Amino acid sequence: MTATTDKPHLTREHSLDLLARMIRIRRFEDKSAELYTQEKIRGFLHLYDGEEAVAVGVIPVLGESDRIVATYREHGHALARGVPMGEVLAEMYGKQEGCCLGRGGSMHLFDSARNFYGGNAIVGGGLPLAVGLGLADRMRRENHVTACFFGEGAVAEGEFHESLNLAALWSLPVLFVCENNLYAMGTALALTESETDIQRKAACYRIAAEAVDGMDVVAVEAAARRAVRAVRETGKPYFLECRTYRLRAHSMFDAQLYRDNAEVESWRRREPILRFSEWLKANHMVHAEEIARIENAVADEIEQAVAFAEAGTWEPVETMTRYVCAEKQHE
Amino acid sequence: MNEMRDAATQTSERANAVETTYREAVREAIRDALRRDDRVFLMGEDVGRYGGCYAVSKGLLAEFGPERIRDTPLSESGFTGAGIGAAMAGMRPIVELMTVNFSLLALDQILNSAATIRHMSGNQFGVPLVIRMATGAGRQLAAQHSHSLEGWYAHIPGIKVLAPATVEDARGMLWTALQDPDPVLIFENVMLYNMTGGLAAAAGPVEIDKAAVRRMGDDITLITYGGSLWKTLAAAEALQGDAINAEVIDLRSLRPLDNDTILASVRKTRRALIVDEGWRSGSLAAEVCARIVEGAFFELDAPIGRVCSEEVPIPYARHLEEAAIPQTSKIVAAVKAIFGKAR
Ligand SMILES: Cc1ncc(C[n+]2csc(CCOP(=O)(O)OP(=O)(O)O)c2C)c(N)n1
Repeated sequence: MTATTDKPHLTREHSLDLLARMIRIRRFEDKSAELYTQEKIRGFLHLYDGEEAVAVGVIPVLGESDRIVATYREHGHALARGVPMGEVLAEMYGKQEGCCLGRGGSMHLFDSARNFYGGNAIVGGGLPLAVGLGLADRMRRENHVTACFFGEGAVAEGEFHESLNLAALWSLPVLFVCENNLYAMGTALALTESETDIQRKAACYRIAAEAVDGMDVVAVEAAARRAVRAVRETGKPYFLECRTYRLRAHSMFDAQLYRDNAEVESWRRREPILRFSEWLKANHMVHAEEIARIENAVADEIEQAVAFAEAGTWEPVETMTRYVCAEKQHE
Repeated sequence: MNEMRDAATQTSERANAVETTYREAVREAIRDALRRDDRVFLMGEDVGRYGGCYAVSKGLLAEFGPERIRDTPLSESGFTGAGIGAAMAGMRPIVELMTVNFSLLALDQILNSAATIRHMSGNQFGVPLVIRMATGAGRQLAAQHSHSLEGWYAHIPGIKVLAPATVEDARGMLWTALQDPDPVLIFENVMLYNMTGGLAAAAGPVEIDKAAVRRMGDDITLITYGGSLWKTLAAAEALQGDAINAEVIDLRSLRPLDNDTILASVRKTRRALIVDEGWRSGSLAAEVCARIVEGAFFELDAPIGRVCSEEVPIPYARHLEEAAIPQTSKIVAAVKAIFGKAR
């Protein structure tokens, strides 16, 4: 799918595709939570429930040679980008069949073949990398776009400001996508920022910006098309704030003392999959059987991914120190 | 790598060498790299219009233009990370950080990104980046511009750490570092920039994974690197008067350490002293010491000695600064103590 126009062409087929992509991520995250309680997945696990419209609205708009930088909450981004589900899950199991040999885990999914530059678990740490990827493209006159995803918590970091300034100053083709889910772990945005209208911060750096309802996949896709086209045409950065909400805990170690159930429930009524499928049904664009078919296909894929991860093997301890540095090429 | 010249050829060429400064040698290395490879660019604070805070890159902007001699804002983390990203995307950036003290603002990017990405990504991505910075005391710049933290960096797997002490290494290490598929940090001691030395007209890339024996001797091995090399060589000359013939090893690479060269020398001399401008506690000197103990304990005739910086933030006043860091006299005294000779 290439972005020739800004308006998503909401054919039935495209709508079903968007819906299927979001359901796929949601069910994968459900399964991950289950596998976590079974201790198949360990460490930190950050789930994306409620925010699917962002990855699904933005990532398919990018071309194959465009680049993506993500955070530790990146299963959805990796899946949307086409990293095979089995490899993602095997990575979360810590198996060597995982996309990073099991060395990165949930927070560090990388895929060089898909220009997926990771899973960064340092809040704000991915932004300078995205600036550098954009710089390389600018210097080689290559027309790629680097999409950089980060939470609103990153906005408080110095690296956010350094990166926006550099991207604007050097006119770099970077699309900054802020996933504003209102909380950084347990700290509400209003408790950490003097200016809570995040997209306004881009204005100080003279970066074109807009905010979009991040619970509306069609709106996100439309904004992403505008944004990607702007970056490609001008070669300059663009800032897209997607206003969304995290339905689950920050990670699996979060008692959620900082928000009450009523708030979460009110967002649940606005969550992107429910909202889009209801809208499609109301407009007779989708039948219940089609949704059932999507659910079945996703369930099959997840079952296969689990089987793949289960069948995976552990990297022998003897090779653990491989790839700390590049291996010498033997002639 | 037949391009590289070994120590013996370097010595034989020294006869028809031209006098040059360490600063000029680094500049020539950068110029050479920019000419050889159009993926190379230099980026850092004041590297362009100002000419570099230690005047290393003076003149390069006029020659290569602002795209490749890139002045950055005061954003150490931002532009170091940008160097990492550009390297991952196929460029060969040279990032200059003004001093090691300021590199701490980029430590997140160096440790959490540059050093981890290859391993963490299962070898899918590498970071062929060179980061240069000034290090060391001696210019009365006090406690926020004078430290020697290269030993800290040598603690980190996933990066290489170089300390060129000679004009040849200042000229030759950069290109080899740029060929490396992984991040390489180069520490330039500020007291060496004005030092002159003979550089062969044909000087070029040198190996970066071996230590060098800078002076042969049989009685004790003095192990050092960077700015302390010249003080250590002076000490070795002075000790000759006391009939102590010291061998001097220049580590050149702090990570990886060249165990073989160190141990071969210590097995021969049976005594060792390490000279390191870093603080003693948890220092690179401690690491070298531990390796000698692990590898040559039964061949030692005396306890290993160390001359490091005093455990203070480097003070401003000249006499205090001098007292805080290794000096020739301290090295001489420490060696004599090992031989049981009073001052
Ligand atoms: C530099 C840094 N500081 C603190 C943390 C611990 N931490 C992990 S996630 C997080 C919250 C980040 O919130 P936000 O950027 O809004 O992203 P979200 O988790 O909501 O997707 C914090 C504080 C970290 N990983 N990195």
